[in-house]
Amino acid sequence: MTPFAPPIETRGLVKCYGELTAVDHVDLTVGVGDVYGFLGPNGAGKTTTLRMLLGLVRRDAGTIRLFGHDPAEDPIRALDGVAGIIEEPRLYEYMSGRANLELLASFDRTGAGPADIDEVLNMVELHDRAGDRVSEYSQGMRQRLGIASCLIRRPRLLMLDEPANGVDPAGIRYLRGLIRRLADEGITILLSSHLLAEVQEVCSRVAVINKGCIVYEGSLAELRAGAARRHRLRATDPHRASDVCSRVGAVRDQRLEGDELTFLLDDEKGPLVLTKALAQAEVGIISLTRDQPTLEALFFRLTAEEPEGAAVPEVSGT
Amino acid sequence: MISGTLISYRAELRKLIAQRRTWLGIATAALVPVIFLISIQISKVTPHDGPYDTPLGPNLRHSGLAIDFVVLKLVAVIGPTLIAALVAGDIVASEDMAGTLKTILVRSLRRGEILAGKVLALFTYLAAALLAYTVVGEVTGIIFWGFHPLTNLSGDSISAPHALALTVPSLVLYGIPVLAIASFGLFLSVVTRHSVAAIAGTLLYALALQGLAALSALASIRAFLLTTQLSAWHDLFQTPTAGDAIVRSLWVSALFAIPPLLAAWIVFQRRDVAT
Repeated sequence: MTPFAPPIETRGLVKCYGELTAVDHVDLTVGVGDVYGFLGPNGAGKTTTLRMLLGLVRRDAGTIRLFGHDPAEDPIRALDGVAGIIEEPRLYEYMSGRANLELLASFDRTGAGPADIDEVLNMVELHDRAGDRVSEYSQGMRQRLGIASCLIRRPRLLMLDEPANGVDPAGIRYLRGLIRRLADEGITILLSSHLLAEVQEVCSRVAVINKGCIVYEGSLAELRAGAARRHRLRATDPHRASDVCSRVGAVRDQRLEGDELTFLLDDEKGPLVLTKALAQAEVGIISLTRDQPTLEALFFRLTAEEPEGAAVPEVSGT
Repeated sequence: MISGTLISYRAELRKLIAQRRTWLGIATAALVPVIFLISIQISKVTPHDGPYDTPLGPNLRHSGLAIDFVVLKLVAVIGPTLIAALVAGDIVASEDMAGTLKTILVRSLRRGEILAGKVLALFTYLAAALLAYTVVGEVTGIIFWGFHPLTNLSGDSISAPHALALTVPSLVLYGIPVLAIASFGLFLSVVTRHSVAAIAGTLLYALALQGLAALSALASIRAFLLTTQLSAWHDLFQTPTAGDAIVRSLWVSALFAIPPLLAAWIVFQRRDVAT
């Protein structure tokens, strides 16, 4: 391991399939201890990026470093301490959960023995079903076994791709708790998902990818803070209020929506100037509120997937 | 590389052992000589016809040691090819289709080590199937027809212990071109990523080779075709033993096995795994 090298660092990562650029100059930096959300709609390039990180798919351009090592040049060193599940855990259906773990542990050369396997089986609460064939497992149990197959590697970096897919609500809640526990143990986690709710509950930082490009990278708090907030005004005379607003320099981009005015307002002196101007024009203020954009709305804005009827806030760039 | 290959080999064996179809294949191989023996016992085929008109065929009913060799001639290319194709065509493609290939590729073995382990496991499986066939055939034959001397292809009598001792090298010689066919199956398994396509392709390949061997226009090169090497063991049952066909079988089989294995290795190293 290169001292102080981040668990994941990509620069200008590109993957093309024919004419389609699935991943387009992606830069990612995941720091030690991060629980990093990798968000984007289906087909945005998340899974392809993860495949490149794990050396399953060759990149067309750019660099990848896992703890300072390139998985294409030296996969054994680069993947030392790295574990991941792409799309969904794929295990040997005709073998028991325990036999799967024994088999995969043998590939790891970590010397993991029965006690280690018992430990991870306990951790994912599968000990009682460890002797059953995987073909008899539910989707949630497969996810947990998949995570156990990662944990048997004693990873420092864990990549999970859509771990909640096909899992029932109780299973999702369990997975969230497990991810938090693993993060508390110091494991860096990259969690790829198309569901904001899945990411915002556990992740400290996120990258949002859309059509192969990173459109935002930072913390969720920064994302929320960076969103431009619209004000909503209900007045006794909306048309006169609109005339007043058009004369106030602190008001921008005003729109009359029914009997409600919406606009962007300079934060510092805008409210004072506006209320004074409205009072002088003898327009009564029924309410003046500021929208708090939801993360979901921000996500849809970033990925240009506007749900029907949603208010779409503006977001400052990456 | 060697330790990684051994890890992969052991894991592949474990996977094979855990699958029902593995045992089904071995059981089928073991049952073939038994079924043949029963059919001979109940049939009214007269000597000099059918199975009696094969190398060592005249020994049927006189010595139980002949049965394996007669059946080998009768099943010709199809029997071993079928078993080789079923396993070789499946060993990479089925993992590709099931998605387990990506599971093992992100562990701590190199792709070359994983493929080498699969090749060794494939060859081991075929050897096990051939061994099961041999042992069951010999034991059943001896029980029914006795442990008696054989008349070899030169018309000389060879003692029963000598004939028994020749069984092992004969089956090894028979198995070597089968491994070459399996190598092509493995190549198809890597390239097509589809079990059925790889299995069917391997069968077609073997049939095509057999078809070529039957063409009179190719008589001059018949000795260098892969399917011809399936009869190289005949040399062991001639007096004096001629080594030419045996040596030729070894290098011809190698020529047919190494290119597809190398091609499979190159493709497997470079390919994207994106199920």
